[in-house]
Amino acid sequence: MNTVLEAAQVSMAVGHATLLDRIDLRIHSGETLAIVGPNGAGKSTLLRLLSADLMPSAGTVRLKGRDLRAYAPAELALRRAMLSQHVTVSFPFTVYEVVGMGCGGKANAASRALVDAAIDEVGLNALRYRELPTLSGGEQQRAHLARVLVQLACGERAHGPGILLLDEPTSSLDLRHQIALVEIARRRARNGTAVVAVLHDLNLAVRFADRILVLHRGKVAAEGTPDETISSAIVRRTFEIDVAVERTTEGLPFILPQSMRQVSTPPAAHL
Amino acid sequence: MAMADARPMALVTPAHARRPRALPVLGTLLLMLLLAMLLAAAIGAAGIPLARLPAALGITNATPGDALAARDQLILWSIRLPRIAIAAMIGGLLGAAGAIMQGLFRNPLADPALVGVSSGGAFAAAAAIVVSDSRFASHLVALQPVLLPLAAFIGSLATTIVLYRIASRSGRTSIAIFLLAGLAIAAIANAGIGLLVFVADDRQLRDITFWLLGSLSGATWTKAATLAPVMVIAVAAMAFIHRGLDVLILGESEAFHAGVDVERLKRICIVLVSGMTGAAVSVCGVVGFIGIVVPHLLRLVIGPGHRLLLPASVGLGAILMIGADTLARSIVAPAEMPIGILTAAVGAPIFLLILLRQRGLVGL
Repeated sequence: MNTVLEAAQVSMAVGHATLLDRIDLRIHSGETLAIVGPNGAGKSTLLRLLSADLMPSAGTVRLKGRDLRAYAPAELALRRAMLSQHVTVSFPFTVYEVVGMGCGGKANAASRALVDAAIDEVGLNALRYRELPTLSGGEQQRAHLARVLVQLACGERAHGPGILLLDEPTSSLDLRHQIALVEIARRRARNGTAVVAVLHDLNLAVRFADRILVLHRGKVAAEGTPDETISSAIVRRTFEIDVAVERTTEGLPFILPQSMRQVSTPPAAHL
Repeated sequence: MAMADARPMALVTPAHARRPRALPVLGTLLLMLLLAMLLAAAIGAAGIPLARLPAALGITNATPGDALAARDQLILWSIRLPRIAIAAMIGGLLGAAGAIMQGLFRNPLADPALVGVSSGGAFAAAAAIVVSDSRFASHLVALQPVLLPLAAFIGSLATTIVLYRIASRSGRTSIAIFLLAGLAIAAIANAGIGLLVFVADDRQLRDITFWLLGSLSGATWTKAATLAPVMVIAVAAMAFIHRGLDVLILGESEAFHAGVDVERLKRICIVLVSGMTGAAVSVCGVVGFIGIVVPHLLRLVIGPGHRLLLPASVGLGAILMIGADTLARSIVAPAEMPIGILTAAVGAPIFLLILLRQRGLVGL
């Protein structure tokens, strides 16, 4: 498979605290990768390193074989798009204007078509001229998703399949829109985009990802297919909680959290 | 499946939600500016009726030997027109500097006066008045017309550079620290001004007070010529910063992700704002609130996009400043009211209004 983004022995330290410790990760074109782990495991830090928002204390991150530091911000923006966890807009920009920022505010017909398509895809057609600060958290998150999709599309038009990085993109979304987001991401992956998402919901991660990276205290606790990574033993070790792992009718694993008090007892037999 | 919403657009999209187009907005502002200039030329302690204005302007020929026409021409070309030109440029500079700074701070309440840039300039100007007028430096008195603007300009620039140094670390600028440090520096500059007022004699005190309240009474074509290049550079720079400022509203990380060289943009904006404010303070002293009122009023009509907001701020700033100055020199004629009093009387309530609206939004 074609590696588009590669982290080699990447560490991140702030003062005496090590947030990430020698992480190796290869991300391939056309795959969906979920990064999961408990609070403070270093998930968002890893995503910020992959987006060049942060520079690692040690190790390198390469995008298409070239060190991330060697890219100018504008060059990077055409090759990867990133949706941050919290974005607040303090001025009354409309949904349409915010989504339009994805293509650098260009007003030509091709850009307008991309903006219209993205707004339609996230289901904000009815709210396209509403001011963003007046919308609910979930609607704002969908508007920012549309903006990032426009940026990705603009970049892909010039440079071929790119990378889409999503930091907890479903934190404000209801169930229907969570699943819709998963489908949007998977659709991009089918077209060759590498999609990496930090997710809290393990069941959603299973639906979303070809591959799951489990982080724990800044280190890789497990990496592999959902079947390989979403096991009661791994979840117990990283999240310090007992879970029952069931199977959906499609054969995908899904977890049911049990009581935290059972952490010290040996794992129960699972179905 | 998309996150589709089945409601048809036409039923839910009010026509007024669309933003006005650039050309009609800028055209309207230009017309209003011309009208304001015309009225400002006609109104004053020595009025020039509109009927006599074309002759005074030299558009039509005056009757030879007409003493009144000669007087009109003298007043217009030596006093009123340079004053109008300066008012327009200062209003434009302050309005646009406010809009840029608010974009940079992602806060509609940010203003060059708020972070001490104007205070730094005013302190330097007040210091120049006291020092050049003292018996220790009497030889500097002759240089005062040059010294004052220069001092104000350097004071503003120095304040901004100190602020930037305090707030930037490892190549990144913290907006919160910038804002707080600005408040502290404004307090220091104001304490310095207080000290200068304390040691100044009566004549110096009058000069300082007039400077602090803002006045255009000493307008000359030379001063207008010093402002013109700053105005040209500022307007030209708008073409390069408007897209970056729009995305910067989403936050520094988001702007970086979207391809903006955030550190470069911030440096350009900081130098621009200090240059524009310094130039304005150097010519007319501290005139507050133009930088807050102008972008706020414009955003209500044209929205917050900087492509149109920045040039429109120049236009509306110029119109308001010409209006305020015309009022300042005519309501207590033949005396003049300091223009800073007028702009504060209008601007401060609008500042409070924005603050109250912000309180609702951010839970202050």
